[in-house]
Amino acid sequence: MFEIVEKVLLSHTVSLFRIKAPGIASKRQAGQFIMLRLNEFGERIPLTIVDSDTEEGTITVISQEVGKTTGMLGALEKGAGILDVVGPLGKPAHIEKFGTAVCIGGGIGVAPVYPISSALKEAGNKVISIVGARTKELLILEEKMKKISDDFFVTTDDGSYGHHGFVTQILKRLIEEETKIDIVFAIGPISMMRAVCDLTRQYALPTIVSLNPIMVDGTGMCGACRVTVAGENMFACVDGPEFNGHDVDFEELIRRNRGYYNEEKLAMEELTYHEGPRCYER
Amino acid sequence: MPEQDPLERIRNFQEVPYGYTEELAMKEAFRCLQCKDPKCVEGCPVNIDIPWFVRLISEGKFIEAAWKIKETNLLPSVCGRVCRQEDQCEKRCIRAKKGQAVAIGALERFAADYEREKGDLAVPEIPAWTGRKVAVVGSGPAGLTVAGDLVKKGHRVTIFEALHVPGGVLMYGIPEFRLPKRIVAAEIAYLKRMGVDFELNAVIGKLFTIDDLFGEGYEAVFVGTGAGLPIFMGIPGENLIGVYSSNEYLTRVNLMRAYQFPECDTPVLRGRKVVVVGGGNTALDASRTARRLCHVDVTVVYRRSREEMPARKEEIQHAEEEGVKFLFLTSPTRYIGDRDGRLMKAELVKMELSEPDDSGRRRPIPVAGSAFQIDADVVIIAVGNLINPLVPRTSPDIEVSSCGNIVVEPTTEKTSKKGVFAGGDIVRGGATVILAMGDGRRAANNIHEYLKNRNW
Repeated sequence: MFEIVEKVLLSHTVSLFRIKAPGIASKRQAGQFIMLRLNEFGERIPLTIVDSDTEEGTITVISQEVGKTTGMLGALEKGAGILDVVGPLGKPAHIEKFGTAVCIGGGIGVAPVYPISSALKEAGNKVISIVGARTKELLILEEKMKKISDDFFVTTDDGSYGHHGFVTQILKRLIEEETKIDIVFAIGPISMMRAVCDLTRQYALPTIVSLNPIMVDGTGMCGACRVTVAGENMFACVDGPEFNGHDVDFEELIRRNRGYYNEEKLAMEELTYHEGPRCYER
Repeated sequence: MPEQDPLERIRNFQEVPYGYTEELAMKEAFRCLQCKDPKCVEGCPVNIDIPWFVRLISEGKFIEAAWKIKETNLLPSVCGRVCRQEDQCEKRCIRAKKGQAVAIGALERFAADYEREKGDLAVPEIPAWTGRKVAVVGSGPAGLTVAGDLVKKGHRVTIFEALHVPGGVLMYGIPEFRLPKRIVAAEIAYLKRMGVDFELNAVIGKLFTIDDLFGEGYEAVFVGTGAGLPIFMGIPGENLIGVYSSNEYLTRVNLMRAYQFPECDTPVLRGRKVVVVGGGNTALDASRTARRLCHVDVTVVYRRSREEMPARKEEIQHAEEEGVKFLFLTSPTRYIGDRDGRLMKAELVKMELSEPDDSGRRRPIPVAGSAFQIDADVVIIAVGNLINPLVPRTSPDIEVSSCGNIVVEPTTEKTSKKGVFAGGDIVRGGATVILAMGDGRRAANNIHEYLKNRNW
């Protein structure tokens, strides 16, 4: 069992968990993830490690309730246990002194972009952050991101906070203002990452994205997470999760992530039918 | 051996052969001629004293028979089920020359099952601790054997397993109807009673490197991480929704229990027309799993002919009885999907056999103009695995071959890195359970020697 030592509600569907996992905490690097399984009947899902505290032996993950497993995870409170946590998985982010890095996080994607931005800052880069959300209520980690950024921008799709519009609009403005940009990191909804890459491609701006395909084991054994990058078949769990965004076949990734749409719906119906608590008792 | 009726068994995941009764086992054991120079023992990769244990069964000493096997084979209830006896011990049986070989595998299974079910699993006496610690990476057949052998010699052994259950391919790969998971669990429980420690959810190469393990006080490391990297064929459409590697399909069903979806959370696409590509045991495991999951049309597509199929004859027969269809001398060329990227059809091409290749089998080549399409909404690719690269990638001082397999000294299982041994599929590529166990035994003996005299 891996104990949840702290839970913070970041919005009505997004929670931050600090989980006791000393081994992972001491080894993890920015960009890596864990797989977790809630109970004996559970599936294995990947979550990016947002932060760690080696003294306390904890890792921080952030999860948005989008399906059955994340829904059940969201219902867990401080003191509860998670049956299995394995990691740190995936290749660490490639961090060096690039010069100026633009770090873009969309929605829940701010969670994985935070550790990378923070590592980039530590490596001596100038960090310009653009964080976006659908609406103000869904914006996460604003203060943390602000703290490690030299310049900081917020966008919301509905204009309830910050710039009214998309992260790409800010990025475009920065480029047009001839801001010196050496590299872009973009993590968020696939459509956002695709839009960022479409923009930066025009300016030949190196762009790194972190992909979130469906995974089963997370150790390179099953191939569920295969993505096409520069025409080659890559496993996001061991070859990624970071790739050169200009080479990623986003259309394929969008299609593959919808592969279990019907099953996900069925699982959710099952969960609602049992009115939550009975499921957690299982 | 009596078996579950095919029409019945495609509706469940229970084991196909029921196993011998005591009477049947004794009757079969009496057929053994107790050769002075038993060829069957030579045919066994771990040289079990077959005539001896068979005689014990014929005398009704079933538990003693199990103990006899366990002197050389740690996992008889597993090997009795999944070993290729027909190519090994039973092939050399003198009885096979004029009729049926003694059913050595079935007898091995009987003895081990009898011992387990009678609850008489005596734990061997463990000598006092030698003061040495050994780390075993991977809890498949090779790793379990190494661990079992070394605790019996008084060493402390910890097995590090990446997944959330121990057993490796015995758990995620081989289906319930061929190897019930409770049997693997019982073997693992037995090892625990002998004092073997299991660290689950521990990915070596990520959570700890091999050097970290030495830093933690382990004086030798055995790497048995298997051949877990699925091979895709590189043909168009392989990333359509509905195309699986056999690893993914079997992991979803066996390890994650997708057959109980939605009571269990991991789904698997059920499909109406399932095509399995490959001719080995894994292809058959996948096809028979699909038959049980959805009772639909399941076709195995294999590029050579029936004679060249590497799968066990018994399993081919089981699959046929269960209604699995076969398309021989056929190979996929591409997969076709709908607008949403869901698989709809497979395009196949006829093959013919030409000159023998390196493996001695005749090489299949496509017949020009023979392409045709069949409906398919699930395709399972079972054309083999490469070795799992996580350990070699993070321990560059371990020498690997051009295809990534760890290179070892064949008689000692020593790698190029001091104190590190390896065996099983990580060395051999995709091989068998019993060969992995043979490697494990050899490695354990050599680890024991190494811990004593430190010669490398």
